[in-house]
Amino acid sequence: MNNLVLSNSVRFISLVLLQVLVLNHVNLFGYLNPMVYITWIFLFPIKKNKSFFLIASFFLGLTIDFFSDSGGINAAATLFIAFIRLPILKAVLRRSDFDFLLFNLRTISIDKIFLYVATLTITHHFIVFTLEYFSFNAFMTIISNTFYTSIFTILLSILGVFLFVKKK
Amino acid sequence: MQQLIYFIKKFRYFLLFLVLEIIALFFTIQHHSYHKSKFVSSANFISGGFYNKVNSINEFFLLKRENYILIEENVQLKNLLENTKIKYISETFVIIDSSQYLQQYVYSVAKVINNNFTKRNNTLTINKGSKQGLSPDLGVVNSKGVIGVIKNISSNYATVLSILNNNSRLNVRLKNSDYFGTLNWNGKDYNILQVTDIPRQAIVKVGDTIITGGKSAIFPEGILVGTIKNFEFKNNQYQKINISLFNDMSTIGYVQVINNLQKKEQKKLELKTANE
Repeated sequence: MNNLVLSNSVRFISLVLLQVLVLNHVNLFGYLNPMVYITWIFLFPIKKNKSFFLIASFFLGLTIDFFSDSGGINAAATLFIAFIRLPILKAVLRRSDFDFLLFNLRTISIDKIFLYVATLTITHHFIVFTLEYFSFNAFMTIISNTFYTSIFTILLSILGVFLFVKKK
Repeated sequence: MQQLIYFIKKFRYFLLFLVLEIIALFFTIQHHSYHKSKFVSSANFISGGFYNKVNSINEFFLLKRENYILIEENVQLKNLLENTKIKYISETFVIIDSSQYLQQYVYSVAKVINNNFTKRNNTLTINKGSKQGLSPDLGVVNSKGVIGVIKNISSNYATVLSILNNNSRLNVRLKNSDYFGTLNWNGKDYNILQVTDIPRQAIVKVGDTIITGGKSAIFPEGILVGTIKNFEFKNNQYQKINISLFNDMSTIGYVQVINNLQKKEQKKLELKTANE
């Protein structure tokens, strides 16, 4: 239990630092910056106490906002995917009951991980870019930005999951 | 009452989500209006101090380029000094009455500790704040041209609304004539900005220099902005004028903050006139 709290806190801080110090300055092809910090949402253990998870993910987004001067954009998007995470996971796994404590992303097959990560990432990025541009005129820009940045984020986060999460 | 409590209990998860989401959207909407975003900004103690630490490491790698820019500016200023010498000779006997002499602008130096330029609404963070005498709505420039306007301020840090921002409107004019327009950014390329509202009788050529117009109390007149890259003239109007910046907004090290000492007086007078 204690171990779980510690590992999630460490992951929280290291993902924020990685995002703020490195990934916000990648600028691939001039404008693509992956938002890998949402991997924290993917990996958070599924528990009965869901309220804490919502508040924590709100603060994760807000921390990123503080560093990148973006109002509440990341907080809103991160909170939203935290809210829809469980329904999405249920739909992907086609199961309604979970062994809550034993949830580990690595035990799921790769195509299901991809589906789960991709759905949440695209939702998150779409909300981020919609709130950032905040205008219907920029609809095509929002869609293309969402698409390309999502590819980048999904690649990096799945790679990160496979490299840094133990199979147990 | 009991039913209300039961309702809240039943939907407390969803209600919590709703409340947090509304808070987040509130911050977002505040952020989109120019004057209101006070709470979420990187000019606070934690993120400001953090960026400061990281920047002191990054700075080391930029020393060479920064030195070159300084030398360039020194040469430019020395040339300017040589020009004025001749003038001073003819004015040697003019007595300057120091009680009549008014200095309008004061420049101070600051360091950019965080810079973004790829988003739609970009801001910079600089390492000086209210303790060093800065206040909101001061202009920020470097030797190559305008950078932005100070937006939020804390005791030791300040955020700068970059010219690469949807909310940024800057008064600019053509260097060779007095026609002025507004500088804004369409969010596509960070080297290309747009000038609108240039009247149709103005003669615009590719390669013309654009400078600040001095029609606001923030920037003095004549600070460099960029050159005209291309433009479109349709229906007897300038539809859009693209200009390429002198500045490379992706690499900004040291900047100068301009404080207009007569701003209060000017604003007061303008307000008085507008209210009449």
